[in-house]
Amino acid sequence: MTAGKQKKMMPLSDAIARFVLDGSHISLGGSTANRNPMAGIYEIIRQEKKNLHLYGAIMGPGPDLLIGAGCVSGVELGYFGVGRYAPTAPCFKRYVEEQRIRFEDYTNFQMALRFLAGAMGVPFIPTRTSQGSDIINRWGMDEGYRAGDERTANKKLVIQKNPFAPDPGENVILLPAINPDVTIIHAQKADAQGNVRIEGLTFSDVEQAKSAKYLIVTAEEIVDTSTLRADPQFNQLPSFFVDALVEVPYGAHPTQCYNYYDMDMSFLYGLIDATKDNESLHEFLTSHVFGVHDHREYIQRLGNQVLEAIKADPGLGYRSGLNRSQDKASSRRMQ
Amino acid sequence: MNESFSASELMTIAAAREITDRDIIFCGTGLPIVVARTAKHLHAPGSVIFFETGAIDSPLLDLPMFVADSRVMAGAVIHTGLVDAISMLQNNKTGPRTVTILGAAQIDRFGNLNSTCIGDYLAPRVRFSGSGGAADAACLSGRTIVFMKHQKERFVERLDYLTSPGWLQGARSREQKGLTRGGTSVLITNKCIIRFHPGKRTMYLSEYFPGSTLEEIEGNTGFPLDLASAREMTPPGEEELRVLREEVDPDRLIIA
Repeated sequence: MTAGKQKKMMPLSDAIARFVLDGSHISLGGSTANRNPMAGIYEIIRQEKKNLHLYGAIMGPGPDLLIGAGCVSGVELGYFGVGRYAPTAPCFKRYVEEQRIRFEDYTNFQMALRFLAGAMGVPFIPTRTSQGSDIINRWGMDEGYRAGDERTANKKLVIQKNPFAPDPGENVILLPAINPDVTIIHAQKADAQGNVRIEGLTFSDVEQAKSAKYLIVTAEEIVDTSTLRADPQFNQLPSFFVDALVEVPYGAHPTQCYNYYDMDMSFLYGLIDATKDNESLHEFLTSHVFGVHDHREYIQRLGNQVLEAIKADPGLGYRSGLNRSQDKASSRRMQ
Repeated sequence: MNESFSASELMTIAAAREITDRDIIFCGTGLPIVVARTAKHLHAPGSVIFFETGAIDSPLLDLPMFVADSRVMAGAVIHTGLVDAISMLQNNKTGPRTVTILGAAQIDRFGNLNSTCIGDYLAPRVRFSGSGGAADAACLSGRTIVFMKHQKERFVERLDYLTSPGWLQGARSREQKGLTRGGTSVLITNKCIIRFHPGKRTMYLSEYFPGSTLEEIEGNTGFPLDLASAREMTPPGEEELRVLREEVDPDRLIIA
């Protein structure tokens, strides 16, 4: 038991260096501006990983920053944006418009189902969604490209008759499973063995975690195993899925972490604004990613006043009365 | 009329009137949340809101700014994830009772929607967020309410990309593609309410907003629109406006 624990718990820089390689197919947990594994994303950027192939359903500022930092060459997506804050994720938008990235569009349900198929160990999964749409007709990655990488399915999707229905029968859409090389999720709690508890919505984190060859979990806190065992119905991942475990307080900052902290609005606006052009993006990365040694230093620089202001209210899981209007939030200047 | 109201208030109230007490509302961010909450306060207290991210029956004490906002989680009856939540659209018991409110960059006369790109798919002039849950909802939910800004460049003969199916090519083409339920039931713009002929499944102007004219509506639609049965919308009542302004979005986070 102790051996397992020592093997899994490691510094984040070691986990990223060991499991995320140039050209890796990766998926990142969280959704829009909630529970993005930001510490892991910053570390990937710091280590200047290249040519990553990214899978995600509802993706937000974290994965977008990874694109902006030049780490990603392909993306399969359901949605890329930050709701009211950025209807389309700025780097994704710019890279697609400038034809600097390969991309393939699915629906959110389809991406979530593809992770589920991967987690179940089946090669494909049927659905009824997207019939009659261009999601079926238009492919971003053609069969020639797909044939060149065994990790990429040889077709985007397949329409097939339901084999259980009498003729003429209805059509269903078959979607290829996703099995990323690496998934990184940020959870609220884990024990030292690597059993994991996500509080609030799980999004598609559980399926993403279970479909991956290697799983890196960053957690707000490492708790005693008895805490998890007292309420097993609230836990999602058993330790044997987890390959690297890192305790990273504020590991999702500036995105939310239910029951722990809310968005850091001025920082998030600063990040979204910075991703809108290459020069501001360079400044942001220089200051907040390359300019700090690790996530601990990044958080220290924010200062206690900021951390106190975003602390979640017990019972709500977010900060009631958090100032969410852009004008007022911007009054705290970016360093 | 001694009361003035904005276009987004009219849109919200027009959409809220479409919601019934038995509806299960698949909720996106922005106006749809305000619509759902307004309907729940007014005439549909039994309607239930849920989010694709996995929050079921969220009381929404504070308005969420995106579908994964922790504000959809607080006080919800169930927390789950995408697979489970979006399956409720595909599920044959719950799917027919679901109603979804969608927006888009382009719409055609059959109520098909584009929220993916302007220009060629592989080399677009403008790229958007992509389908998200929109195509799932448009394909699988019991009915779809669409919100659009009424502009000629958005009301097009031909979509640059068909993200979310409405009535496809009209008539029975939707069913023939295997989409056995749903379809765009109503389109609400900042000028009017548009519905679809039951047989042909093409648009007709149903009601125009107080202050809008037929000429203005026709001039901002990029294809011929049937105006024959148009009448003026019943203006918002005092209680509808009070609920919207004082209960649902008092800080004006969403409604302009």
